[in-house]
Amino acid sequence: MIDLFLDRYIYLFVLTLLAIGLYGVMAKTDLMKKLIGLTIFSTAIFLFFIEGSVKTDATLPIIDARGSNPALYVDPIPHLLILTAIVVGVGILGVGLALLVRIYQAHGTFDEAIIVEHMNTEDPYGTPHYPGGHT
Amino acid sequence: MNHLAVLPIVFLLSGAIFAVLAGTLNKDAPQIVAIVATAAAFITSILGLREVTQNGPISYELGGWPPPIGIEYVLDPLSAFMLIIVTFIGMLITIYPARIAFDHVVRKNVPVYPLTLLLLSGLTGVMSSGDLFHLFVFLEIFAIATYGLVSLGGDRGVFASFRYLLFGTVGSGLYLLGVGFLYFSTGTLNMADMAQILPDLAGSPTILGALGLITIGLALKMALFPLHIWLPDAHSFSPPGVAALLAAVQVKAGAYALLRILFDVFGPAYTGQAGLPVSQLLTWFGLAGIIYGSVLATRQADVKRLLAYSTVAQLGYIGVGIGIGSRLALIGAILHVLNHALMKSALFLVAGGIIQRTGLKEIARFAGLGKRMVPTMSGFAIAALSMVGIPPLAGFWSKFYLVWAAVDSSNWLVAVVIISSSMLTLVYFLRMFETIFVQEATEPVVANAKIASPTVIGTVWALCAAIIIVGVANVVVVRTIVGPIADGLIG
Repeated sequence: MIDLFLDRYIYLFVLTLLAIGLYGVMAKTDLMKKLIGLTIFSTAIFLFFIEGSVKTDATLPIIDARGSNPALYVDPIPHLLILTAIVVGVGILGVGLALLVRIYQAHGTFDEAIIVEHMNTEDPYGTPHYPGGHT
Repeated sequence: MNHLAVLPIVFLLSGAIFAVLAGTLNKDAPQIVAIVATAAAFITSILGLREVTQNGPISYELGGWPPPIGIEYVLDPLSAFMLIIVTFIGMLITIYPARIAFDHVVRKNVPVYPLTLLLLSGLTGVMSSGDLFHLFVFLEIFAIATYGLVSLGGDRGVFASFRYLLFGTVGSGLYLLGVGFLYFSTGTLNMADMAQILPDLAGSPTILGALGLITIGLALKMALFPLHIWLPDAHSFSPPGVAALLAAVQVKAGAYALLRILFDVFGPAYTGQAGLPVSQLLTWFGLAGIIYGSVLATRQADVKRLLAYSTVAQLGYIGVGIGIGSRLALIGAILHVLNHALMKSALFLVAGGIIQRTGLKEIARFAGLGKRMVPTMSGFAIAALSMVGIPPLAGFWSKFYLVWAAVDSSNWLVAVVIISSSMLTLVYFLRMFETIFVQEATEPVVANAKIASPTVIGTVWALCAAIIIVGVANVVVVRTIVGPIADGLIG
């Protein structure tokens, strides 16, 4: 039992982070906290990939004097994938923050309930965007 | 090595860059660049479909690295068919007048055409990639472009876009996690290579977990009930052209990826009796979505919101088709991808035409429009009748194949739900018909409305012509294109 835990504890860690992130996205009413939850969620996935590439007694994936036995080197592909995924994640985070700036300018708050109520009762830009708007 | 597999993406991506540059010179230049790029992509997609139906699928080694090491682009009948839909709708949206496609007023410094081209190139990338991780990257490329375009819809659009960003990113995150499970079990990311390895690992809980994660992630992207919550806001608050693009082709990318991965990568060893009950779940949730979307659509006062809920129902049809998974059901689902793209974009473009001339969005105030805007409204009539499923229009055939598949597999509930949903569709479109064509004009804006501008009428009529052609020549379409695609997925 304890061996299993020691072998797999990193997965528990990843799972906990995933759960925290998802909880943040689903349960928090503050939009900024939702975005933070989303970032935690993606980071957990990144960690999962990086952890999966690790091998015992292996080193950087650059072939040296020890020959080309793949067991001697860490799997480079997950690192590559996650490098790409991090770049994508930064893009998403940037767009999310830009949208939050616009939302904050219009409503002066990040509280989802207040914003929804704002939008249902009055339009902060004066006239509704489309006549006959939201029902 | 045939370059037709990558040419659509090359045209669209380079078009996006040129459109940015052209925008610095002239306000109208980006639209021209976008029309040229999408038209070129459309033509190469048609050539691609002709090539693959005659000479078999094209495998393209990007950068000269052979698969499974390098990234492979695959053009087979299914992806070529999807590429034609995407580029055709994309071309019409770029021709549609910018003022109504993207907003009431064209905003300076908002790169709408580069974003549109980026969205289209993301979609074409998803549809021609033969690599699971590469597909993820394209999912995110089109998602980012979508967030930007949805946020053009004013204050509500920005909020809808942010909500969509949360759901969309969780969806692609789950997909990525599933791909990670697959990679660590098989050591490959290439779809064809993985399809060879997976049957040997049948019953492995890791692979089943991956299947579950990927299915949930893509169902979120495709807005399959109950994961559709982001869709009604994002589609009804974004500008008409964007809404048409999203409903017609963007959600279909999720459907395509689901179809491709469930049938070509996992296969019946995992989705059948021994594996996860993915097929049954897709069928059940699809049915629930059909009922939910249709019922809510009948209760909407706002035309774009009605169309958005109707999209939820129509995506249910595609989910049901994938779920049943027989040859007939797949023909129905794939045909419905095409039909829904044509019908829903036509309806959104009609809604844009109405907004252009009257500024109205509420159906009750459309009274008398049928006599004022005859060309646009006749297009509306054709698209709406096709949505209801009146033969010989295109919409009839996909429902026909789905009902046939349901009866064939003794799935009577599916047949009953599809037919009763058609009745509900009839209810909400009949109400609109009555308002638009029978009632007299009450609003001054309607009484003074001019017919829509030529590009609006042209694009709507092009879509209606496609609806009629696909409907009348349906036997040919099924025999030469859709039938072989379904055979390829099953066989």
